[in-house]
Amino acid sequence: MSIISQDAPGKTVLLMGNEAIARGALEAGIKVCAAYPGNPSSEITGSLSGVADEFGLHVEWSVNEKVALEVATAASFAGLRGLCTMKQNGLNVASDFLLNLNLSGCEAGLVLVVADDPGALSSTNEEDSRAFAKLGDFPLLEPATFQEAKEMTKWAFDLSEDLGLPVLVRTVTRVSHARGNVLLDELPRLTKKPLFDTSKPRVALPVLLNHELLRDKLRRAGEVFETSPFNFFRGPEKPELLIITCGSGWMYSLEAVINLDLSERVGILKIGTTWPLPEQMVLNHLKKVKHVLFVEEVNPFLENSVKEFFAQNCGDLGVKRFSGKASGTLPDIGELSPDIVISRLQDILKVSYEPLPAEYALRAKEISAQLVPERPLGFCAGCPHRATYWAIKNALALDGRNGFVAGDIGCYSLGMGPSGFSQMKTLHAMGSGAGLAGGFGQLNAFGFDQPVIAVCGDSTFYHAVMPALTNASYNKSNLLLLLLDNSATAMTGFQPHPGTGKTATGHEAPILDLEVICKALGAQVEMGDPFEVEGTTETILRLLQDVEGVKVLILRRECALVRGRTQKKLFNMEVEQDLCLGEKCGCNRLCTRVFKCPGLIWDTIADRAGIDEAICTGCGVCADICPSLAIRKEVV
Amino acid sequence: MAFQKDPFNVIIGGVGGQGNVIASQVLGRILLQKGYVITIGETYGASQRGGAVMSHLRISAKDQFSPLIPEGQCDLLMALEPVEGLRILGQYGNPAVISLVNTRPIHPIEIISGQTPYPDVQEVLRKIGELSKEVWALNATEIALEMGDPIFSNMVMLGAFSTFEMLEIDLHGFEQAIGGLLSSERLSENLEAFERGRMAVEKR
Repeated sequence: MSIISQDAPGKTVLLMGNEAIARGALEAGIKVCAAYPGNPSSEITGSLSGVADEFGLHVEWSVNEKVALEVATAASFAGLRGLCTMKQNGLNVASDFLLNLNLSGCEAGLVLVVADDPGALSSTNEEDSRAFAKLGDFPLLEPATFQEAKEMTKWAFDLSEDLGLPVLVRTVTRVSHARGNVLLDELPRLTKKPLFDTSKPRVALPVLLNHELLRDKLRRAGEVFETSPFNFFRGPEKPELLIITCGSGWMYSLEAVINLDLSERVGILKIGTTWPLPEQMVLNHLKKVKHVLFVEEVNPFLENSVKEFFAQNCGDLGVKRFSGKASGTLPDIGELSPDIVISRLQDILKVSYEPLPAEYALRAKEISAQLVPERPLGFCAGCPHRATYWAIKNALALDGRNGFVAGDIGCYSLGMGPSGFSQMKTLHAMGSGAGLAGGFGQLNAFGFDQPVIAVCGDSTFYHAVMPALTNASYNKSNLLLLLLDNSATAMTGFQPHPGTGKTATGHEAPILDLEVICKALGAQVEMGDPFEVEGTTETILRLLQDVEGVKVLILRRECALVRGRTQKKLFNMEVEQDLCLGEKCGCNRLCTRVFKCPGLIWDTIADRAGIDEAICTGCGVCADICPSLAIRKEVV
Repeated sequence: MAFQKDPFNVIIGGVGGQGNVIASQVLGRILLQKGYVITIGETYGASQRGGAVMSHLRISAKDQFSPLIPEGQCDLLMALEPVEGLRILGQYGNPAVISLVNTRPIHPIEIISGQTPYPDVQEVLRKIGELSKEVWALNATEIALEMGDPIFSNMVMLGAFSTFEMLEIDLHGFEQAIGGLLSSERLSENLEAFERGRMAVEKR
């Protein structure tokens, strides 16, 4: 039984923030959940997919975020509660639909959970998705704890239904991907026949009328927020400093106040309903203080809202000092932490903080800097992408025209770093590698002669590469796309997609064949195995040099982690110590210095390569690249 | 109460793929059953791709603490890899920290490629000792490999961890906590790993 489906009201369990959101949706009686995976949001829909059959839900991994939101919205239109989840970048994809949906409104509760990634720990940007709440006039909730993640999600459905408007829940990595105590509530088992009321067309037109209705709905949300239990104050009646915070900033602020023993001097106003602002409540607290510090992740969203409101009311409020991101008090890029908040409170209130002897701290940092090597991210041992980039690197070198890779979003984005031999030179949004490569392909007429290789993963292909490929074919571009098919959405946790033959809930689905689709989109298609390094190199070189038009090379090899879950190693690997010539070989230690698979080790004393049996997955690729044939692979 | 301070802070660190997330979850579940308020934070992004990873556990009788431990405030450390232990102590160590170390190194790419050497493991353990009140150690990977799969090393380490009395972990609590989290087909192997870790750990 899944932890989120326990029918045990009153029981406390340890839930990840994302699981708590999923549980909240279950307690709210959702019937449909649709999403495209993306960290830090993936486990919400991931955990719901595991209980879908048990609860009679429809849960799907949609091909992209816009479609996902449309699927969840259809449920709402027909009277069933719908949930849609995504990461911050996904909201950009969904935004075209979203910014019309505000005008049409919704029927049953419709909640869009967006997980932001402050510090871009697993993203290509650290976008603050809260801007969309203001842009589209959506009520916005921000959970600060795991319990709140559940309660808020559950309540968001009621609020959405009351207003007839989708509600945004914005969470961040440190809430979504952390775990904590969550007290469970009742699980409803409702049955309701869906029906679309044709007397109430769901259209944005007439725009001005609907826009006025939308503004009214938002005003009503503001009134409801005034008494929300998600907004509360902790501290003395008249604090020297008022912290206004939301989301993960709450736990950091609390930690800082406790560590500095400031609970008699500093008050914390925690706001859970961050848009529209609960104005009267904020006003009441502003009246009592002279100095306010805003603690929130990424943009000064709450900070600017409060300051705008203050500008309207400053006549009654007197002079205030505002500190936050705009004043430079807190960093306006990157992630916050308890240490950052502690240090700013120390500066503001002139208090000392010494959690450990200074000489120890200095010594510990010195020793660590002296002895601890860096450990950068890289492709896993046995990852097909390392072999692919090896082939790309060699093909581009043989071609000799200063070619490069136009990258895309997935594990293979690591191709810009050392474990992809730094071949990737552009990286933006889902599908942008193929889009850019199609654009470079149009520049030949102007004398552009650098070969460009677009790469994309299998899931990314369905998400956003298909339009780019269609465009390249139609507009007669020259394009070489390497479709790195590892049979999973690997970066985000191995979710299935239309090429895998499985749905989110593990049921059989028709396989939408990549080869057939690419051909239908006008491409010349070839198939390859990235582990056949030499053959792949030759194919890439030939496609770069010989053929004009749109070409797709599908390189198929299952993700090593997916494979490792169910199957044994392909090969037992061994280095024949007599055959390995070490530094004298003349290969420049191709296996370890150049190819650098973490499954290999280099014995500096023996001057020989070796295999780390705790890491090696037995893919056999290193045996193929060793010029001395010292690395042996033996079929298991 | 078994813990001398509140919150009591535990860090489990190692290399992506070593199972620090599962180990922290099992420990968190055991402590939750005892009535504590638990927060677990994870360094993220590197979880399966060979980077340095950490889980932060906050154990409190009253408050839900943040998923990030402030610098210098680690009370108990489980290092699944030796230099990762030292890396964590550099930021989160203090003179009262108790450390448990898996002595088996995993070489980062820069070591494999020969740009820089891996430090002598005995030297690393000595330095961890210098920065800790107590150091306990075992080769958990070796034990797991003897059992046929390096995947068990995190459970070997949990067994070793259970010898610290303030955690109050026994085999029964461990068995309950892994139920529904780890494959039931491998239950007996996980229990064996736990027991072997318990037996093998030695104070240095």
